[in-house]
Amino acid sequence: METYYDPADLAKFGEIGKDAPELAKKFFDYYGSVFEEGDLTEREKALIGLAVAHAIQCPYCIDAYTNNCLEKGSNLSEMTEAVHVVNAIRGGASLVHGVQMRNIAEKLSM
Amino acid sequence: MIDEKANIPFSAALNKHGVKLKRLETHTLQVNVGLLCNQACKHCHLDAGPGRTEVMDGGTMDAVVAYAERSGFKAIDITGGAPELVPGIDAFVQRLARLAPRIIFRSNLSALNEQGQAPLIETLVNNRAVITASFPSINAAQTDNQRGRGIFEKSVAVLQELNNRGYGKADSGLELNLVSNPSGAFLPQGQEHTQKRFRKILHEKYGIVFNSLFAFANVPLGRFRDWLEKSGNLESYIEKLAGSFNPCAVDGLMCRSQVSVSWEGHLYDCDFNLAADLPLGGKKIHVSELEKAPALDSAISVADYCYTCTAGAGFT
Repeated sequence: METYYDPADLAKFGEIGKDAPELAKKFFDYYGSVFEEGDLTEREKALIGLAVAHAIQCPYCIDAYTNNCLEKGSNLSEMTEAVHVVNAIRGGASLVHGVQMRNIAEKLSM
Repeated sequence: MIDEKANIPFSAALNKHGVKLKRLETHTLQVNVGLLCNQACKHCHLDAGPGRTEVMDGGTMDAVVAYAERSGFKAIDITGGAPELVPGIDAFVQRLARLAPRIIFRSNLSALNEQGQAPLIETLVNNRAVITASFPSINAAQTDNQRGRGIFEKSVAVLQELNNRGYGKADSGLELNLVSNPSGAFLPQGQEHTQKRFRKILHEKYGIVFNSLFAFANVPLGRFRDWLEKSGNLESYIEKLAGSFNPCAVDGLMCRSQVSVSWEGHLYDCDFNLAADLPLGGKKIHVSELEKAPALDSAISVADYCYTCTAGAGFT
């Protein structure tokens, strides 16, 4: 079955540097630095990465950060809570626009 | 053995990096007293479990004691299975404790919770045995999935009891170490981070203290290998291990300074070679036949599961 996404393609991410190699190097150096231990631990950053992966629904990122979270000592319980954080914010972002809806409806309505 | 088409053989990886794996002074004797265990952990490289009948008999224990007497080891490390369940283990520990300055007793913790173990715990305390205990995760579900239902809770209870006896407490002289390993086909987090996190959470949630934590990857042998195959993770896991090969980790490998003896009395470079039945020097030697510890500079048998011990920071 042909699909747009092939899990094996994740390992080929570096090939993006075959063209515009300087830009790719800058990106990957920055990327590596972002995920280093800082005031946030590597585990905390991995969980944030997992959450963002679900927010943008990137299957490559979901694959990479599921692996990364487990390798940094996280577990299904923490990771599931992180996905719920995504859901709460995405849902909340839609819901809060309901205030605008109400403003308009109230202006127009008797 | 291991699917080699995905990776170069371990011996070739050593050659590629110009690294030689030879023995240093052998200062540790590891004694595997058998495969009997009250648990059947999914990550077990030995396939140990309840109902296994391979345990060290009295005659072999005598031969191991005699070997330790003539060899002068700095440390003797007792492992299994669950050593607690082996008949005669209490007396064996006492005999070995007199023959080396450091005696290590590996425990899955729940076996120490079984009825009748109080005298053994007393022996461990009196002989200042270092208890090295399996504690893979601070998450109960992850632990129980790997080791069996209820094991996390039992393990916490035993750690609290060991703390009450002085283990893990500053200045008690009773050393308690934990061994954490991943609950699946992935590599462990760095040891320092894991130790810091476990120390904080075990103390905050359960009042538990310990000395050190060691983070080990799972070795693709035994029941773990079977699980890797059935779950479709074998090839990718081997690739992960081989891809994380760190030539700098070779210097500190435990096989360089350790000799392992099986419940039958045969000698191996390490517990993993024991599990794979790859004997010391390539042919089975009984412990009664070896005069002293294996010689300096002698060769060490390797196979592709050795990538586990050289992945990342290594397994030392």
